[in-house]
Amino acid sequence: MSDWIDIAALSDIPRRGARVVKTHLGCVAVFRTGADDVFALNNACPHKGGPLSEGIVHGNAVTCPLHNWVISLETGQAQGADEGQVATYPAQVKEGRILLDKSVLVSRTPA
Amino acid sequence: MKQNLIIIGAGMATGRALETLLDADPDGWNVTLFNAEPRGNYNRIMLSPVLAGDKTYAEIETHSTQWYAQNGVTCRFGEKVAAIDRAAKTVTAQNGDVLRYDKLMLGTGSTPFMIPLPGHDLEGVIAYRDLEDTQRMMDLGPQNKCVVIGGGLLGLEAAAGMAARGVDVTVVHIMGHLMERQLDEAAGYLLRRALVDKGITVKCSANSKEILGVDGHVRALLLDDGTELPCDLLVMAVGIRPNVTLAQEAGLAVGRGIHVDDQMVTSDADVLAVGECVEHNGAVFGLVAPLYDQAKVAARTLLGEADAFKQKELSTKLKVTGCDLFSAGDFADGEGREDIVFRDPARGVYRRLVIENSAIIGAVMYGDTGDSNWFFGLIRDKTDITDMRDTLIFGPAYQGGTPQDPLAAVAALPRDAEICGCNGICKGQIEDAIAAGAGDLAAIKATTKASASCGTCTGLVEQVLAVTLGDDFVLPAAASICACTDMTHEDVRRMIKSQKLMSMPAVWQECGWKTSCGCHVCRPALNFYLLADWPLDYADDPQSRFINERKHANIQKDGTFSVVPRMWGGITTPDELRAIADAADKFAVPTVKVTGGQRIDLLGVKGEDLPAIWADLNAAGMVSGHAYSKGLRTVKTCVGTDHCRFGTQDSTGLGIKLEKTLWGHGRHIS
Ligand SMILES: Cc1cc2nc3c(=O)[nH]c(=O)nc-3n(C[C@H](O)[C@H](O)[C@H](O)COP(=O)(O)OP(=O)(O)OC[C@H]3O[C@@H](n4cnc5c(N)ncnc54)[C@H](O)[C@@H]3O)c2cc1C
Ligand code: FES
Repeated sequence: MSDWIDIAALSDIPRRGARVVKTHLGCVAVFRTGADDVFALNNACPHKGGPLSEGIVHGNAVTCPLHNWVISLETGQAQGADEGQVATYPAQVKEGRILLDKSVLVSRTPA
Repeated sequence: MKQNLIIIGAGMATGRALETLLDADPDGWNVTLFNAEPRGNYNRIMLSPVLAGDKTYAEIETHSTQWYAQNGVTCRFGEKVAAIDRAAKTVTAQNGDVLRYDKLMLGTGSTPFMIPLPGHDLEGVIAYRDLEDTQRMMDLGPQNKCVVIGGGLLGLEAAAGMAARGVDVTVVHIMGHLMERQLDEAAGYLLRRALVDKGITVKCSANSKEILGVDGHVRALLLDDGTELPCDLLVMAVGIRPNVTLAQEAGLAVGRGIHVDDQMVTSDADVLAVGECVEHNGAVFGLVAPLYDQAKVAARTLLGEADAFKQKELSTKLKVTGCDLFSAGDFADGEGREDIVFRDPARGVYRRLVIENSAIIGAVMYGDTGDSNWFFGLIRDKTDITDMRDTLIFGPAYQGGTPQDPLAAVAALPRDAEICGCNGICKGQIEDAIAAGAGDLAAIKATTKASASCGTCTGLVEQVLAVTLGDDFVLPAAASICACTDMTHEDVRRMIKSQKLMSMPAVWQECGWKTSCGCHVCRPALNFYLLADWPLDYADDPQSRFINERKHANIQKDGTFSVVPRMWGGITTPDELRAIADAADKFAVPTVKVTGGQRIDLLGVKGEDLPAIWADLNAAGMVSGHAYSKGLRTVKTCVGTDHCRFGTQDSTGLGIKLEKTLWGHGRHIS
């Protein structure tokens, strides 16, 4: 059962930007792409834990600010030659509001 | 029966008229040629190469004593005509001689305009018009200083000529950029830079107030901002006025110049006029091309043949070595007019075409004027350019069949086209080196030095190799910015400028980006290039900046940040130190380190605390030290004269000044 909660307005995040949602279990990075799609990922790079929310967003990917790994926002997979994956969470936009699935966030395993 | 023709003024126009007339009818005329200058016809425009030492006076004489003798021309050089009596059909020479004419031709040229500044009549204040003026300038040497008032064609040729002789020259120009009648600001800027490189001091937007003298001789020019420019000679080159005095006194119709019709006849059917002294259809003239046309028409009129003078489009070039510029037509901004602009900053090339109703109506070029004749032709013929619009700016080598093939342009270059500006290597020298066995870039560098200095011509050298060697040479692919594009940084910059790309989407579109919105490599670069080229039109995109620049702090391996407040020139105060200490306490900063750049680094600040810590530091008067920027970060100083036993200069003061002048420009210093 999904349990959507309202996190913020879409316009609170700049296009190709991100904001961080603090949960009991760690930080979730919420990204807004140039095409106004929204994705939620663990805010920790699979390489050395870099804060993905501070990276440059391009297409449906973000580049980690620490060592330039490129992470898919859709799958959480590291792109190219790098290997690793970061947890992703359901997210959606409804009537200009960003919604995350509380049930998944609560049950997530700590990274 | 020979007719008596009297000509007043042995100038460029009458010289040409005389040639045409006597070629066609050698026996019909008794010609008397008066000239106020103590010499015959010469190529006035070549006084500049004489001044620069590239030519001698003998080389610029157009007619020899022999020629006048052979053609039966009575020369009265060094003699002015004092008066014309049209009723009696006579002229009176300075010495009182009265001569009868059947036909009279006026070619009195113009007089330089002298600004009536206080002191303009001092000895050592001259114009630039004749050989005497030229000689005065040639008498100067490295021990002398000269001020030239006027940054137009004439003033700049005078300045460059004297600078070539080692004279310390300052050009004072009232307008904001040089040659403003022929050039737009961008070309004016490039010209100024080239002249400054020649050692000429250029002062634009400068107003002359007074010419200062000592013992009746010029000593300095005083500007209205109080600046005194010392000089041994002051050259005024601020414009010319048609020389109409004689015609006016003779009662001929005169406006700005002597009125003439299409046949070059004045208000008196037996009096013709040609050259800079005339006014035709409201226009007066200052370049030789139309004067030569007038001269031919005047000769035809005397011969009884039908001909008519038509005003044509004019173009200007400057005869200063190393300053290749070209200007033609009308290039003012206006409704319904569009610009096509091409710039190559590395080569100092600027081209601008002004288009109206699908035709070029004006062109300004600087740095690479090789195609100027072609463009001038398009202007004159009002050619419809619709079909070649996309490639027009690149010149004739790109039109028809092979658009965008850079090799075609290189193949079309003549042997004496310069390829390497640093080392002055022409295409021919590279071709010779290739013929002698040099087969790649390294070999060309080693044998000719081409592209061995600044390297900006590397691409051109490779293209010469490719053109010369054909299939034997494989052009190395230049490294593209990133995987989003095949273009290099230079390619993209060129596109941004020439196509006026003012937004990131425009660049992605016009340059065929392979990704929807770039990546972490190209976006910061594009953001920078767009900001640099269109500072007023392009809005900075924070999402295309690396996190450090967004947060004014340096991201660390654990995702925390380091904060470095600026300390101008390494100088701080107890209050600043206290504020830093307070901030470190308040935000539980784990590490405080003195940097090599003479300031203090607060390491381990949490991202969310950055606004608050900066608010505190700002309140104490401190700003970011930009420890992350690709611009000026810090200026290190030693203590200098204030404290040092061996100090000879105020090095700390200089450091602070440098830092305050250069900080925050956010520009790459490369
Ligand atoms: C240094 C310099 C560089 C130039 N460079 C260029 C250039 O690059 N391109 C360009 O197109 N143009 C250039 N010009 C302009 C060009 O030289 C003039 O447009 C051209 O010389 C005008 O020709 P003219 O026959 O009308 O007059 P002039 O060549 O000036 O001849 C007029 C003659 O008439 C004489 N005279 C006047 N009154 C009397 C009188 N009462 N009795 C007898 N004689 C008299 C004068 O002494 C003078 O010798 C330059 C001019 C100068 C000074
Ligand atoms: S921590 Fe993300 S690339 Fe190294």
